[in-house]
Amino acid sequence: MLEFPRWKIWIVTLVVLAGIFFSIPSLIAGTRYANRWPTWGPHAKISLGLDLAGGSHLLLEADTGDALKQRLQAKEDEVSTELRRDPRIDVGDISTAGGRLSFLVRDPTKVDAVVERLRRLSQPVRLTGIRDWDVQVVDSTRVVLIPTPSGTVQALKDAMGVARDVVRRRIDPSGTKEITVITEGGNRILVEVPGVEDPEQLKKLIGQTARLEFKLVDLQADPTDVQQGRAPPGSQVLPMADRSGFIAVKRRVMVSGDQLTDAQQSFDQDGRPDINIKFNTAGARRFGRTTQENVGKPFAIILDDKVLSAPNINEPILGGNAQITGSFTVQSAHDLAVSLASGKLPVKLNVIEERTVSAELGRDSIHKGVIASIIGTLGVILFMLVTYGRFGVYATIALVVNAFLILAVMALFGATLTLPGIAGFILTIGAAVDANVLINERIREEIRRGRRLLDAVETGYREAFRAIFDANVTHVISAAIMAYFGSGPVRGFAVVLLIGVVTSVFTAVYFTRMLVALWIRRTRPRELHI
Amino acid sequence: MKLLKLVPDHTNIDFMRWRNLAVILSTILTIASLAYTAYRGLNLGIDFVGGQVVRVEFSQPVHIEDLRARVAQLKVGEASIQALGNDRTYQVRLPKPPGPETASNQVVSKLRTALPQAFPGARVDAGESVSGKVSEELASDGAKAIIFAMLGIALYIWIRFEWQFGVGALLTLAHDVSMTLGFFAFTRLQVDLNVVAAILTIVGYSLNDTVVIYDRIRENLRKYRKMAILPLLNLSLNETLARTVVTSLTVLIALGVLMAIGPEVIFGLAIAIFLGVLIGTYSSIYISAPVLVWLKVTPDSFVRVDEKDAPGTQPA
Repeated sequence: MLEFPRWKIWIVTLVVLAGIFFSIPSLIAGTRYANRWPTWGPHAKISLGLDLAGGSHLLLEADTGDALKQRLQAKEDEVSTELRRDPRIDVGDISTAGGRLSFLVRDPTKVDAVVERLRRLSQPVRLTGIRDWDVQVVDSTRVVLIPTPSGTVQALKDAMGVARDVVRRRIDPSGTKEITVITEGGNRILVEVPGVEDPEQLKKLIGQTARLEFKLVDLQADPTDVQQGRAPPGSQVLPMADRSGFIAVKRRVMVSGDQLTDAQQSFDQDGRPDINIKFNTAGARRFGRTTQENVGKPFAIILDDKVLSAPNINEPILGGNAQITGSFTVQSAHDLAVSLASGKLPVKLNVIEERTVSAELGRDSIHKGVIASIIGTLGVILFMLVTYGRFGVYATIALVVNAFLILAVMALFGATLTLPGIAGFILTIGAAVDANVLINERIREEIRRGRRLLDAVETGYREAFRAIFDANVTHVISAAIMAYFGSGPVRGFAVVLLIGVVTSVFTAVYFTRMLVALWIRRTRPRELHI
Repeated sequence: MKLLKLVPDHTNIDFMRWRNLAVILSTILTIASLAYTAYRGLNLGIDFVGGQVVRVEFSQPVHIEDLRARVAQLKVGEASIQALGNDRTYQVRLPKPPGPETASNQVVSKLRTALPQAFPGARVDAGESVSGKVSEELASDGAKAIIFAMLGIALYIWIRFEWQFGVGALLTLAHDVSMTLGFFAFTRLQVDLNVVAAILTIVGYSLNDTVVIYDRIRENLRKYRKMAILPLLNLSLNETLARTVVTSLTVLIALGVLMAIGPEVIFGLAIAIFLGVLIGTYSSIYISAPVLVWLKVTPDSFVRVDEKDAPGTQPA
């Protein structure tokens, strides 16, 4: 017991001091002392969960059906562009029914050439040796493109990666906020945004696919047919975004939003909100050529299969800058600009779980939690003092050190403190003294059995340790399982419990043992009041 | 200064004398708890059945019936409305709407825009929506976590002690979890994710007491090889009684404070652990120990353990 070598004293003291030192940034965060903390000091601090800081937690699920539809549409565009290239091959009766793309080749002698060119378009899927699309010929004139299963899987995976990046850019265009956007389980994206004022705006930003297309209006279409949803071959009927009716447009996409480099909300000459867009070089060239060839005709601006507006082309637009008009409010124009600038979502995302807490409610929770922690700790300390006297003082010092250590370890590991985590903190305070109770009761017992003081203390620490060890392992098992299965706040609770178990064994066993050893060495007490 | 001794020196309570009565009583209560839980069901929160909850704070006092009428106008299902402490803060819960997985979230959006319009100055402080799919996953994850934790801990006890002790641990845990569930079924307190976390904590915590007692039983089995099992259990329980009482009290003090003045969001968690500590303290004496009598634990159960009992016997 007395042989507590100097190097051990140093290590224990250093750990305790480091714990206090590293917990300071978390304790002074948000107070006026935060600025006075020296720059050379540690700056890692505990981050607060959304239930304490306020903010929105959104779980988004990809509409995989929509992703496949978009992929098929993109393939259709790709195929038509390819076949329009020199030597041009005419096709017709394009259909995307049944999740496959099929069309007739007008000149039967060119079927082989089509197949050859389309096979070259398909991509191998990673290292599988399988291509992403299967090209087949049916009835000698019809070419069918079928997505292969492994191609589809890869496409969905890629789409999720892109979607994650797009979501991040939309929520945080400047890239400066502390937001979390991660993919989960293949088809989900978890979004956590602290300090949200208006979660509805956030959801609107994420909810929009923002697929922008420019198509020519089909002026030959019969208006009554169009209102009944029938379009001439090569055209399609789309609804107006303001629900004022329907309009027939050519299927061919003249320019698409993929070729934008920037989008910003502005105002037209009448002071109505609109959006300024800027094309990249290829997009500017295509936009310029299309407007040049179609002066005087209406040009439909289509967002997510709804026509925003179809203004007349008054003059060729050559500079690569254009305006999107439509019935916008300043807010909706701004949101659309952000969405367009961040790129389209390759898949529609649905909110399947939301948890939003306002900053006020979070502050209130912290306030109540901190007060409950302090009073609870004081209650435990008082109880320990009246029960164990001097050894209660040691247990109290250990308890306080333990609180610092928990904060320090959480800060160093970048752990998040949640509201249940505060409960975990209080519980740990109550449970941490258990080790001291075990030791102290054992010492009492050994003294009753007539052992000499030193011997009793020695035996107490030794015999109690086995039970302390086993009892704490049960805590670790349940907390680890909780951390594995739990999400968000519950995981925060488990993390605090786990850290608290480890630090409490250190403070309650090694640290108090050192204090006791130093006391006995210094005063050589004859009897023990415990 | 005279130190407080809640359990006087040389206390010698004949715990095992009432063991049959206690076990019969506990068995009846456990079965009754499970049966009642199965019959009445638990008051499951939206975490486990899906649905929406918003918490609104009004600038002036609002009558609950006015609020109910306004919410009814939105035609988003039968609302259950609860005042949180005063007549300016309410919690509105709505059942999961039919339709696609997104429908649930749209209801929250609707409430968030409609309530400030109907009551100027109203502020939606918290909004949650959980779709049917997510709630099913959360429920199955929660159930799995509790079962794995119980089995994992029983397995650990088996490895560290003997199989009899592992069985005792598992029965103790089953008792504690059933009683906690019965309490929630009876009080109609809402069961949410926090309560599952609390049950997992109870699983870890209740075994804490059991482990301490088992450790002492093992020690005494080796020390007093000739002693009959019943007096030996009594001796072990009495020797550890002071520790059991003091530790349970410290935890109850800390949790009692949390329950009384802590944030109301975690009231369910606090009360569940508080109750679990009480039940766990009882069951560590009257379930964990008697089981060892039936499973015929003897000093010989431990002969070969002496060698493998290496870790943790010697603190640094």
